[in-house]
Amino acid sequence: MAKYLLLKHYRGAPAPVNNVPMDQWTPEEVTAHVQFMHDFAARLEKTGEFVHGQALAPEGAWVRYDGEGRPPVTDGPFPETKDLIAGWMVIDVDSYERAVELAGELSAAPGAGGKPIHEWLEVRPCLAEPPTITE
Amino acid sequence: MDEALLRSLTPSVLTILVRRGADFAAAEDAVQDALVEALRVWPADPPRDAKGWLVTVAWRKFLDATRAEAARRRREYRVEEEPAPGPAPAVDDTLQLYFLCAHPSLSPASAVALTLRAVGGLTTRQIAQAYLVPETTMAQRISRAKRTVSGVRFDQPGDVATVLRVLYLVFNEGYSGDVDLAAEAIRLTRQLAAAIDHPEVAGLLALMLLHHARRAARTASDGSLVPLAQQDRGRWDTALIAEGVGILQAALARDRLGEFQAQAAIAALHADAPTAEETDWVQIVEWYDELTRLTDSPVVRLNRAVAVGEADGPRAGLAALAALDDSLPRHAAVAAYLHERDGDLATAARLYAEAAHKAPNLAERDHLTRQAARLNSRRCR
Repeated sequence: MAKYLLLKHYRGAPAPVNNVPMDQWTPEEVTAHVQFMHDFAARLEKTGEFVHGQALAPEGAWVRYDGEGRPPVTDGPFPETKDLIAGWMVIDVDSYERAVELAGELSAAPGAGGKPIHEWLEVRPCLAEPPTITE
Repeated sequence: MDEALLRSLTPSVLTILVRRGADFAAAEDAVQDALVEALRVWPADPPRDAKGWLVTVAWRKFLDATRAEAARRRREYRVEEEPAPGPAPAVDDTLQLYFLCAHPSLSPASAVALTLRAVGGLTTRQIAQAYLVPETTMAQRISRAKRTVSGVRFDQPGDVATVLRVLYLVFNEGYSGDVDLAAEAIRLTRQLAAAIDHPEVAGLLALMLLHHARRAARTASDGSLVPLAQQDRGRWDTALIAEGVGILQAALARDRLGEFQAQAAIAALHADAPTAEETDWVQIVEWYDELTRLTDSPVVRLNRAVAVGEADGPRAGLAALAALDDSLPRHAAVAAYLHERDGDLATAARLYAEAAHKAPNLAERDHLTRQAARLNSRRCR
């Protein structure tokens, strides 16, 4: 088993096919979308492939050390141009192929008109712990 | 084995040890050891006096631990000073522990963790689960808190307001994990109310009961939020409401108003209305005026604007809102609601979307997104 991180972006990913902002959907479409995400996570919990998931607030800042005795530098709380992560899910699956398959399913979450969003998700393998026995 | 009994005895046993001069951290360890011993011994040989048994064993554990470190002379001195073990009276022992755990030198997070552990008798694992942090993290937080208060004198009267703030934090933390922190906060506040005669303690207890009474109606089966106006009032717990109102009335009668009593009064007016339309908004505005006087909190002013909007119409609400900083949490959501009631659906939809963007949790974000979607789809179709 290997762990993969599925990243959902607010900004920075290529535009999804069905690119309508969520507040322009109908309430039923929003509900269907939320339900889909719930069901997806619940199904992976049953198969033992779910590790963790978390949604993030849309605001983020870059922060950097600015030298001894000085407060850290930030680029401010409302950056307009940088990539932003909307949330993540960590899954623990048998193969890269399975990770891609699941990301594909997640990307099919329904959006406006009840049709899949076709949103781009980033799939990143987590680096593993070194094995106990090396030789 | 009665685990609830053990848990309810833990704080007073701990208090007795500290009263006898044990350092807080060492006393806590000794009590934990005694609890483990109780779990082992009691099933076969239940004691006649559970508390006396625990005090005796915990004190012995404390001495054993001290013995390992301290000089022989000091140990003998302590043994000589030891009062006879036996039934220890009065719940108000625990009171000191509340004050210690809410000591102003602790951060709110540490005070909460320490209170749940020392007064509530929860295990570190349970507290960690409730706050969704690893157990080791919570263990560190608690032992750091114990170190912070270990030099604090135990016989000083504490500040009730600090204790109440900590309990209110626990209550608001809500429902994650397998420990129901809201119920736990109510249990601890009940204990406190039994031990101390103070109208604000009663006010906080009433407030918690009144909120708790509406809990089942607050979320739909799919986990989404149900706003107060749309809640099924048949699902409110009328027994809890009656109890909360009774406690509140007794507290108000003493004419020492505080912010928790005022908040409870508002909650009681909501609980009292048979339908959302029949809510006595005029009186609620009056209570918000009292609350503003007591706290001068911008959040209270924001809530007051909502109440004004209901009592005197959305224009009046928007006027009250205009005096407030729009960077306040939930400002956009309140503005959206008032604009919608005023008939300006385009502005309302935009503000709901903005509010969703700033929402502090998923349930709220989804709720606000649905509100924006509802207005947008109505305008487009």
